[in-house]
Amino acid sequence: MLAFAIRRLLQSIAVLFVMSALVFVGVYAIGNPVDILINPQADQAEIAAATRALGLDQPLWRQYWSFLAGALAGDLGKSFAANIPAVQLILERMPATLELALGAMVIAVVLGIPLGLWAGLRPDSVSGRVIMAGSILGFSLPTFWVGLMLIMVFSVWLGWLPPTGRGETVKVLGVTVSFLTWDGLQHLFMPALNLALFKLSLLIRLTRAGTREALAQDYVRFARAKGLTMERVVRVHVLKNIMIPVVTVTGLEFGSLIAFAIVTETIFAWPGMGKLLIDSINVLDRPVIVAYLLIIVLLFVLINLIVDLAYTALDPRVRLAGRST
Amino acid sequence: MAARDVTKAVILWLGVAAACWPGGGNAAELKIGLSADVTTMDPHFVAAQPNLTAQQHVFDSLVRSDERSRPVPGIATWSTPDPLTWEFRLRKGVKFHDGAELTAEDVVFSLERPYTITGSPGGFQTYVRPIVAKEIVDRYTVRLKTAAPYGALLQDLAEVMIVSKKAAAQATGEDFDRGKAAIGTGPFKLARFVRGSRIELTRHDQYWGGRLPWDSVTLLILPSDPVRTAALLSGQVDAIEHVPTADIARLRKHPQLRLAQTVSWRTIFLHVDQSRDRPPGVLSRAGQPLDKNPLRDVRVRRALSKAINREAIAERVMEGLALPAANVVSPSVFGHNPAVKPEPYDPEGAMKLLAQAGYPGGFSVTIATPNNRYMNDEQVAQTVAQMFSRIGVATKVEAMPLSVYFGRARNKDFGVALLGWGSRAADLALRSLVATAAPDKGYGAWNWGGYSNPGLDQLVARSLGTVDPAQREAVAREAAALAAAEVAFIPLHYQVVTWAMRSTLSYTARTDEFTFAHFFKPR
Repeated sequence: MLAFAIRRLLQSIAVLFVMSALVFVGVYAIGNPVDILINPQADQAEIAAATRALGLDQPLWRQYWSFLAGALAGDLGKSFAANIPAVQLILERMPATLELALGAMVIAVVLGIPLGLWAGLRPDSVSGRVIMAGSILGFSLPTFWVGLMLIMVFSVWLGWLPPTGRGETVKVLGVTVSFLTWDGLQHLFMPALNLALFKLSLLIRLTRAGTREALAQDYVRFARAKGLTMERVVRVHVLKNIMIPVVTVTGLEFGSLIAFAIVTETIFAWPGMGKLLIDSINVLDRPVIVAYLLIIVLLFVLINLIVDLAYTALDPRVRLAGRST
Repeated sequence: MAARDVTKAVILWLGVAAACWPGGGNAAELKIGLSADVTTMDPHFVAAQPNLTAQQHVFDSLVRSDERSRPVPGIATWSTPDPLTWEFRLRKGVKFHDGAELTAEDVVFSLERPYTITGSPGGFQTYVRPIVAKEIVDRYTVRLKTAAPYGALLQDLAEVMIVSKKAAAQATGEDFDRGKAAIGTGPFKLARFVRGSRIELTRHDQYWGGRLPWDSVTLLILPSDPVRTAALLSGQVDAIEHVPTADIARLRKHPQLRLAQTVSWRTIFLHVDQSRDRPPGVLSRAGQPLDKNPLRDVRVRRALSKAINREAIAERVMEGLALPAANVVSPSVFGHNPAVKPEPYDPEGAMKLLAQAGYPGGFSVTIATPNNRYMNDEQVAQTVAQMFSRIGVATKVEAMPLSVYFGRARNKDFGVALLGWGSRAADLALRSLVATAAPDKGYGAWNWGGYSNPGLDQLVARSLGTVDPAQREAVAREAAALAAAEVAFIPLHYQVVTWAMRSTLSYTARTDEFTFAHFFKPR
């Protein structure tokens, strides 16, 4: 187990290096942020001075070297546009994105697994078919369009929910969260729903497929033959066994929920990390782009690790690589 | 009997209490949807318009710009005892948000602070560099000296905000964002800055400009166009800036909303390369390099200008939200020359001029343009390309995001490039755009075309060196006329800027496109 974790750690450090190098080269190839951010009335001397001040006149390898030196000391640089440390900027916005992603995950799980179970238990009924048709819509409709439609229907026409932004926040253990206030929940509902749609459809289909497969297994038939009620069979036996693919996919998808909440954050003006990334790319704010991608890579690695560990906990037949049976 | 008395007393008391209870909706709150992100509340860090929009609610500058972009007294009035000296007399009794009075010390500190800012991609040193000496005459008077007569000092000082020396000494950007150092003399106090989301402001009761109708103001950051409109339609905000062109017709018809519009300072034009023999993208119709650069010939440039049907672009492509241009600055801005009119649409005349210049068969060019910066930038470039093709100049369009565009343009990758420019004075604009590039003097920093006309340079220098505004404007107009006669660049149009708000509000539409809560008034 320890060997497994250490090996994972080393792999992730390698990924971090490669990632940072790629981003550096990429942003360098696009252009110079000073051109975009410079005061239009500035003259050539100012532009040169600003370029020097940000270290952008140095050759690429030297810029990367100073970045690495700083990174190993824990300093990933200061945002060009906001003049505060890039890591701080991202961590400031991370609770908002995590809240959105968790909210989306909760909606997807709470709705998806029961609906998928139902569709799996009654595949040929009207309700089962409706659920499956709905899941197809959830896959195919583009997030951007669905988000705008939600705003139109719930905010502009019905006036039930506020269209944009994050609601009232409270600090819990130093982290600002908004789901503990009613106003916050009102603001959170639509973006979370918008983000959850894809995952919801995925979970419905996955759960349904798993349920169909599990119901055909021998142990289910033996349990029924022994006299257990269908309800107990499903709740105790089937559910646990379909959890493995569900947990794996949920875990992996959670990472992508965090990383790719960009569209939802843009539509709902949700002050999260994704929006920060887009804005930073637009002005070539390299420290923020690099810091963001490194943090996301770390997050993915962590999530994958947790999923792998949960896997062993759920399925006694699986052993982590490196352990002899 | 006693019970009845008690009951009466209780009812009376409740009645009095109800009457005295602060009635719920008395606090006047204004919510505005902004179109771009505010990155910091430090007014001297980076000169980006979205930042200035938010910061100018909290801070004032010595010189203000009115809605026509002309300098008017802010917290000071000025005079020029001699061409090298500017004397600023501060208003007495102007209070900072912490109650301290504004003095000359704060002014001098604020004018020196831009030099202390590190790590900025584009700071304010340009605006304070012409000042070579600052003298505190008395508590309310500051004398600034320039090395040479410099008439544009007022426009420059309009951009530099005055901070409190006590609060901002040794302050970092974060101190401003948290509010500790964000102590200004502006109409609102910074209550909370939630980066990426909103800026909450409360009224400064001792504001020198009088009592404002708003107790609190919230600036919401809504960069996505349809979302900003939806926020206004759903009532989440009371007003929005930069109404997307697609929504203007619909909002105009809405019974509970109204629009405020004016011609913006943003002039859209084409830079044409006149410095090289073989600029990129300029080829013969067959795609072969030409032996000389056709764009160097003023007849060719005028032909290209004649080929553009500016009215059609304004009406169709910009849906009425543009005004055909001939000057480098829009009509209300200092130095606009009303005698210089947009080139009339004349494709036959254009073809004749091309033939005279020696290109009867035309040639081919590529127009480069950003696709996410100006209103309908790519569509305008496409339309211009078609208009050029009609007179025999086969044109392609190369569109790209802004982050790539400016870098490549600075590297002189383009033969014909689209650019938008907003300026408070024609001579300042001409200095940056078409004066001969002189890095030591700061001329021609954006002269991508490499246009060089010593006569124009002299006029621009003379205009900037004239301190008397009336004389300066006359020279500036002369420079604008010369630039137009020589077709130093090909002007297209001025954009129109639109605000939308509840019909119970009114806003004085501003040429400089700024959105200020203190100029919203209830009707």
